Amino acid sequence: MLPFIARRLALAVATVLAVVTIAFVLGRATGEPGGLLLPDNATQAEVDALNAALGFDRPIVVQYLDTLVGLVTGDFGDSYRLRESALGLVLERVPATVELAFWAFAIGLVLAVAAALAIQLTGSRVLRAVAGWAGAMRQSVPDFFFALLLVLVFSVLLGALPSLGRTSYASLVLPVLTLATGQFVMYLRLLDASLSEQAGQDFVRTAIAQGQRRSTVLFTRMLPNAALPVLGMAGLNLGGLLGGTVVVEVVFAWPGLGKLLTDAVSQRDFPIVQAGLVFVALAFVIVNTAVDVLVRRIDTRTAAA
Amino acid sequence: MSAVLRIEDLRIETTGDAPRALVDGVSLHVDRGEALGVVGESGSGKSLTVLAALGLLPVGTRVAGGRIAIDEHVLVDVGAGVWAGERELRALRGRTAAMVFQDPMSSLDPLRAVGAQVASAVRVHAPMSRRAARERAVELLTSVGVRDAAERAGTRPHQWSGGMRQRAMIAMAIAHDPLLLIADEPTTALDVTVQAQVMDLLAEVRERTGSALVLITHDLGLVAENSDRLAVMHHGRVVETGATRAVLDAPAEDYTKRLMAAMPAESERTAPAVRAGEPDALVADRIVVEYRVPGRKAPVRAVDGVSLRIAAGETVAVVGESGCGKSSLAKAVLGVQPAIEGAVVLGGEPVRKELAARTAAERERAQIVFQDPYSALDPRLTVHELVAEPLRIRRAYTRAAVTKLLEDVGLDEGHAKRLPGQLSGGQRQRVGIARALALRPKLLVLDEPVSALDVSIQAQVLELLDGLQREHGLGYLFISHDLGVVRSIADRVVVMQQGRVVEEAPTAQIFRDPQHPFTRQLLDAVPRLDGPRRGRRPLRVS
Repeated sequence: MLPFIARRLALAVATVLAVVTIAFVLGRATGEPGGLLLPDNATQAEVDALNAALGFDRPIVVQYLDTLVGLVTGDFGDSYRLRESALGLVLERVPATVELAFWAFAIGLVLAVAAALAIQLTGSRVLRAVAGWAGAMRQSVPDFFFALLLVLVFSVLLGALPSLGRTSYASLVLPVLTLATGQFVMYLRLLDASLSEQAGQDFVRTAIAQGQRRSTVLFTRMLPNAALPVLGMAGLNLGGLLGGTVVVEVVFAWPGLGKLLTDAVSQRDFPIVQAGLVFVALAFVIVNTAVDVLVRRIDTRTAAA
Repeated sequence: MSAVLRIEDLRIETTGDAPRALVDGVSLHVDRGEALGVVGESGSGKSLTVLAALGLLPVGTRVAGGRIAIDEHVLVDVGAGVWAGERELRALRGRTAAMVFQDPMSSLDPLRAVGAQVASAVRVHAPMSRRAARERAVELLTSVGVRDAAERAGTRPHQWSGGMRQRAMIAMAIAHDPLLLIADEPTTALDVTVQAQVMDLLAEVRERTGSALVLITHDLGLVAENSDRLAVMHHGRVVETGATRAVLDAPAEDYTKRLMAAMPAESERTAPAVRAGEPDALVADRIVVEYRVPGRKAPVRAVDGVSLRIAAGETVAVVGESGCGKSSLAKAVLGVQPAIEGAVVLGGEPVRKELAARTAAERERAQIVFQDPYSALDPRLTVHELVAEPLRIRRAYTRAAVTKLLEDVGLDEGHAKRLPGQLSGGQRQRVGIARALALRPKLLVLDEPVSALDVSIQAQVLELLDGLQREHGLGYLFISHDLGVVRSIADRVVVMQQGRVVEEAPTAQIFRDPQHPFTRQLLDAVPRLDGPRRGRRPLRVS
């Protein structure tokens, strides 16, 4: 197990390095920030002066090395616009995004497990058909449009829930609902397919032939085996949610990481972009490594192979 | 005498709008302590019949008529409208009647420790603490011959060998001293020596528990040695039933006779097809194959310096238990798993060890026919396309060439348009053979080519292989664990154990006068029609 974790750590370092490098290259490829930070009527001398002040007149290699040093020391520099530590600004936004991602993930997953188990326990074709139909409906609507529909119904028509900002628990409801429904649909499909496959397995028949209750077999035999592929998928997903609730954050003016990053990219605020990307990449790699370790603990066959 | 299992006029149908009868008018009974063998080929309904007894029919099938009683407790009586509920069935399953299934790997939960699985089987019908159940599980495992059971109980199925897994399955089945043990092809997935151990164990635990046995199998030899009575099933009906010895000594029905005739003969091939003067199909010289196992420093040596010569028109069988290196040897010959040492000569010309390094002409010389004709054919290609593919790759395709190849293996234009799913197992294997012959190889590697087929089909495919060998002067490297099949087709036999050849001799000599103790052990383990009855006579309880 230890060499495995060591390998994954090395991979994590390589991933972060690659992310920073790509961000650096793409950032510089779209032009110097001096011109974008200053008003349109600024003189070329003013632009040059700003570029010099921010260090953009140095050779590109030096700038890149400077970025790497910053990465190692955790110092990504100050935001060009806000004159504050970029890392500080990123970390300040993290709780809001984590809150959104966690609730969407947890609610989606728990409800999906419950629904998949209910379909198996009742053996109801109607339930499966309804779930499948509702899932197809939800998936055919983009997140931002679904979010607007929710706002229309719950905020505009019913006036029951706030549609903007992060002020109370009530303001969590609509953004979480938007994301969680998407998650729910995906996990339900995966789990239902996976459980149905397990139902035909020989070891399930063995357990039933021993006189075990079908519900016991479902919980103790089928669910753990069916959960394995879903777990791997969940890892990828949670990692993705931590960095990518952008659309929903923008629609609901949610002060999270996604919104900070999109703003920073359009404003060429490189320190924030870099700090944000490193955080997202790390979160992704860490969550996935944790899931892989978990899967290997549950299924020792993968460790042997 | 009271019957432990009584099935009367059972009918099982497919569900749906146009039900098809899978089992029709089957009546069987098993008395206390008795061993009943149910013999039949795949699709004969033998498994469905007993699965129905425990309410375990697979989805898409249902009992449509008849009566089933276990220990005089009527579970199903379609005429009287009696249908046992899940609760009633649950009380019987595992306690009154317990099952041992075919594949002990897939029949155990891969994620749970074996001991925990045995313990949960114990707790189903005997409420006790987890700790007590664990202890009972270790006792049960010890009683079925699992050494160091206390330690091994904590490990998972993939860390157990096939034979040990089947022992664990038996341990679970006897947890509650059931009146009836139902064993559905319990040894089909196991080596012949392990099969003998498992059947001995079944006989031994039955002496202890007094359980009756239903042994479902396609192997007449196994039934001969392990049952008191026998029922032969064909197309969903019982065609013949009676005392095992009496039926086998004097079968009354045609089908039984055919089944017995299809058993590989207890005699050798009489007319060899070896062609003198032609270059040898294969010369393999001191082949060494090693595998790297993650987490272990030293590689595993699967084949350890094996030399092998196969003349044109000769069949050499390589036999041994699983893991002995016979498949690795074949892979090295084909270059799929390159040998790290040694040399391979095909059709008189040396070839490179790695398949990737071999030229097209070198690759053509050795082809393979796989064990499982179900997974070896692309389900979306027609038979014609499957056989045409190797020809197309070599730009040698003509419609006539494919038709000729199919003709050679006994298939016609009608088969050519079909998909593999629309063919029987035997027909699929014929397609596999035609495909392997397309590039006119010198050597055909036959990796258990008939072990997935029913005995009557086996005989036909073996006959086909014999004819093709005579026509084309092919060398066959025949890999098999079935010594009966080997005896009827091979000219020479090579016995492998732990990566080495322990004995090599002409077939007649190996079977009449085996020299190595391991060869003798292998031969003794093969169940025979005239073999001795294993275990004590059944307990008679009045």
